[in-house]
Amino acid sequence: MIYSEKVMEHFQNPRNVGKIEDADGIGQVGNPVCGDMMTFYIKVKDNRLVDVKFQTFGCGAAIAVSSMVSEMAKGKTLEEALQITNEKIAEELGGLPKNKLHCSNLGADALHAAIMDYKKKQEAQMKEREKKEKAEGEVKEEAACCCPYCEGPIEGLENYCTHCQIELVPCPHCGHYTSKGESTCAHCGANLEA
Amino acid sequence: MKRIYLDHIACTPLRAEVVEAMLPYLQTHFGNAQSLHQEGQLAAQAMEEAREKVAALINAQPAEIYFTSSGSEANNFALKGMALARKDRGHHLIVSAIEHQSILHSAKFLEKLGFEVTQVPVDRFGQVDPEDVRRALRPETVLVSIMLANAEVGTIQPVKEIASLCQEKGIPMHTDAVAAVGNIPVDVKDLGVDALSLAGHQFYGPKGAAALYLKKGTRILPLIDGGIQEGGRRAGTEDVAAIVGLGRAAEIARQEMKIWAEKLQPLRDYLIRELPSRIPHVILTGHPEQRLPHHASFCVEFIEGEAMLLNLDLKGFAASSGSACTSRALKASHVLLAMGLDHATAQGSIVFSLINGTTREDLDELLEVFPPIVDRLRKMSPLYTQFLEDKKQ
Repeated sequence: MIYSEKVMEHFQNPRNVGKIEDADGIGQVGNPVCGDMMTFYIKVKDNRLVDVKFQTFGCGAAIAVSSMVSEMAKGKTLEEALQITNEKIAEELGGLPKNKLHCSNLGADALHAAIMDYKKKQEAQMKEREKKEKAEGEVKEEAACCCPYCEGPIEGLENYCTHCQIELVPCPHCGHYTSKGESTCAHCGANLEA
Repeated sequence: MKRIYLDHIACTPLRAEVVEAMLPYLQTHFGNAQSLHQEGQLAAQAMEEAREKVAALINAQPAEIYFTSSGSEANNFALKGMALARKDRGHHLIVSAIEHQSILHSAKFLEKLGFEVTQVPVDRFGQVDPEDVRRALRPETVLVSIMLANAEVGTIQPVKEIASLCQEKGIPMHTDAVAAVGNIPVDVKDLGVDALSLAGHQFYGPKGAAALYLKKGTRILPLIDGGIQEGGRRAGTEDVAAIVGLGRAAEIARQEMKIWAEKLQPLRDYLIRELPSRIPHVILTGHPEQRLPHHASFCVEFIEGEAMLLNLDLKGFAASSGSACTSRALKASHVLLAMGLDHATAQGSIVFSLINGTTREDLDELLEVFPPIVDRLRKMSPLYTQFLEDKKQ
């Protein structure tokens, strides 16, 4: 047999096969031209991989690697999971034939791709949220605005913080207040001189 | 566990008579065939008898048979030796896109020496169109090499037609008949070829025993220089036992080949009919009729060949595949790609090649065991999931 017992065991009884329909991150690497293709699906809660599933098109090594990666990653924090390397996977599997080491690369890559996908989605969500908040903020600013320095409400006089006793100007770019005379917006950094 | 061996194209088991014929030459008759003493002469005589038997199998003269250590050596010998012997005439060769690596890599070697190589294409059945060869022929063409049968897809080539085109132009032709000889009738005179490679392990003989047929008067340069063995064209102390085994195997094949084929062909057709009916998305590869009588090859879509082979092996079946993962070079089969299959489909290659003794029961067992294996692997495959989702929409 060209494979270790551990590889054959995982190949015959692969763990965590399948697709997570509402996955938080998906990572797909490889293609049929190079021989193998792996897709990893992850579920993340409190920065931890609470579920990991995979689908693999490939040889015995590719299937065993996918199964092992899913087992190693499950329950780990994102940072810990990103530390899973191809060497560690091959080691856990009791070694891989030389010409199959690329399968362990694919396994690590697919998992990392899923995590990066999750992070990207998180960032996108955050931006989305910020945008929303900003939009909401703009509405608020029109009614009652805040001083960018003391964060206190602007009351009484328009464009003047009674607490800081400074004159303020609204940024034409984002609508937030900045002290009059400043060259850039304290909120979004836009050039106010122009 | 009971084993069912369906990997004829890798090698056949040795016939008991072949082993029996070989044993004395590994034991008491150990002499060097070039020695003048009795031990040597006994070996030499056995070798010449083997030469006669191999020649008889393909309707050649014994003096036209050169023993080699493998089919690959015979192919290297033919391609390099014949091209280099005629390099004063020109620097152009023609091979097909689906030749064995021993031909394709020899052609590459010759390219490095300044030869130009034309690879003629094949159709979706893996067959060369003789017209393509005709169009590729040039005044400076020194050799044409087109295989007789392909081991990966079983397709038999129109070698006779191609040889007659070459004859018209006076260009020598070689055919790699390793997968064919001993399994289908091969007559070098009828084919009209100038050189032909054959190997014993494809017809119940030993590994390490093969031969190049070279028509009398055909020029060739030796690959292995040294002593006077094989008429000075292939030096090196002969593996007498292996050659004796090859001879005995040739003798048996000549007598029984027809009976083997009569038994195996219906079984082959049974498998070709049944497998795609029991497993959806299975494609027959190679020509449906013009194929080796023991050869059934398929592509199982959405999954990869090595994973199938491993599972089959665990269930007691030996088969083979042309997938990238089963090859050490990790490249998809050049044969399947040349036939126009895409990479993903080519990865699902699986070859069942029957041997003398394969039964209908063996195939029924395979037909029981194989579908659940495919099913399990497909459930794991992102390509299959994708296919199902696309179908829904």
